[in-house]
Amino acid sequence: MSATIKKFLYLNRKAPYGTIYAWESLEVVLIGAAFDQDVSLAFVDDGVYQLTKGQDTTGIGMKNFSPTYAALGDYDVKKIFVEKESLEERGLTLDDLQHLTWEDEDEDYAEKDSIALVSRAEMAALMGESDIVFSF
Amino acid sequence: MPIEVNGKAFETDEEGYLANINDWEPGVAEVMSKEDDLELTDEHWDIINFLREYYEEYQIAPAVRVLTKAVGKKMGKDKGNSKYLYGLFPYGPAKQACRYAGLPKPTGCV
Amino acid sequence: MSKLHTVNKSPFEKSSLDACLQHVLDGASVLLLEDGVYGALRGSAAAESVERALASVKVYVLGEDLKARGFGEDRLINGISVVDYAGFVDLAAEADAVQAWL
Repeated sequence: MSATIKKFLYLNRKAPYGTIYAWESLEVVLIGAAFDQDVSLAFVDDGVYQLTKGQDTTGIGMKNFSPTYAALGDYDVKKIFVEKESLEERGLTLDDLQHLTWEDEDEDYAEKDSIALVSRAEMAALMGESDIVFSF
Repeated sequence: MPIEVNGKAFETDEEGYLANINDWEPGVAEVMSKEDDLELTDEHWDIINFLREYYEEYQIAPAVRVLTKAVGKKMGKDKGNSKYLYGLFPYGPAKQACRYAGLPKPTGCV
Repeated sequence: MSKLHTVNKSPFEKSSLDACLQHVLDGASVLLLEDGVYGALRGSAAAESVERALASVKVYVLGEDLKARGFGEDRLINGISVVDYAGFVDLAAEADAVQAWL
């Protein structure tokens, strides 16, 4: 086991279903969660569309993987950053997105919010302080 | 290779996981466990059913540590630990129980 | 001569929608599908050019793709009609030609 904890940032910039990037990213995050690292997820540009509520893919014959984002807390992925400007450009607000939480085992499984709304400047800083950025 | 359950053939992948999760019926778990020389008890079924519910909600088969934690929350710490779960499923609680439950191989397992 | 133009890319990711809207002739139809459906949503930075185009062309959105992405008809720009796959086929059959903007 490595003693140095690195800051990993998964950068999601693609809409779901039109391309495979969103699902691939989610799978890599879940697999990567086994390695105790400092993991953050960023949703920027069309990536914010991945988190919309109420997705129903029965009509297009593809797997609806939006419920899987709700399992991220179980995988100890607790830091999910959504860029405010990206939402606004698309006419969206946080209310259009799933409410993602994680449970704090040390506080009798208290539910805590995973999503933080950040400005573009804050997102830039977050990218700047990350050791490794995985781009999807 | 397909497995036969109650006279019906079920398609599986090269590692023995059911090809189509919607095909599953309890007989699948019975046949698979028999091949492993394991007799399924209520305790086994608790985990198998738990996994099917987990998949239903999140559309993934949980990794073993996630399963352990989730079982601990739902059924208590005496069941949510590796010793108990490996006691039930010696080939690995996530891998083996997921296979019996008709789920794909857990995400995050190699 | 009335054409059906299809756009399947997000207006924020590619310039396909803008390029399409700048080249369509009056009376043509535009169908937004796959990631193209994001161009049909009200209140986005891409909405203005679609609203302008609606004065001279008909704009449709594929309902199945809209639903898959979590949006209902209530989020659409006024004047855009929803079609299903069968409606898509009808539009294509009625048109003199189909032109795809990838």
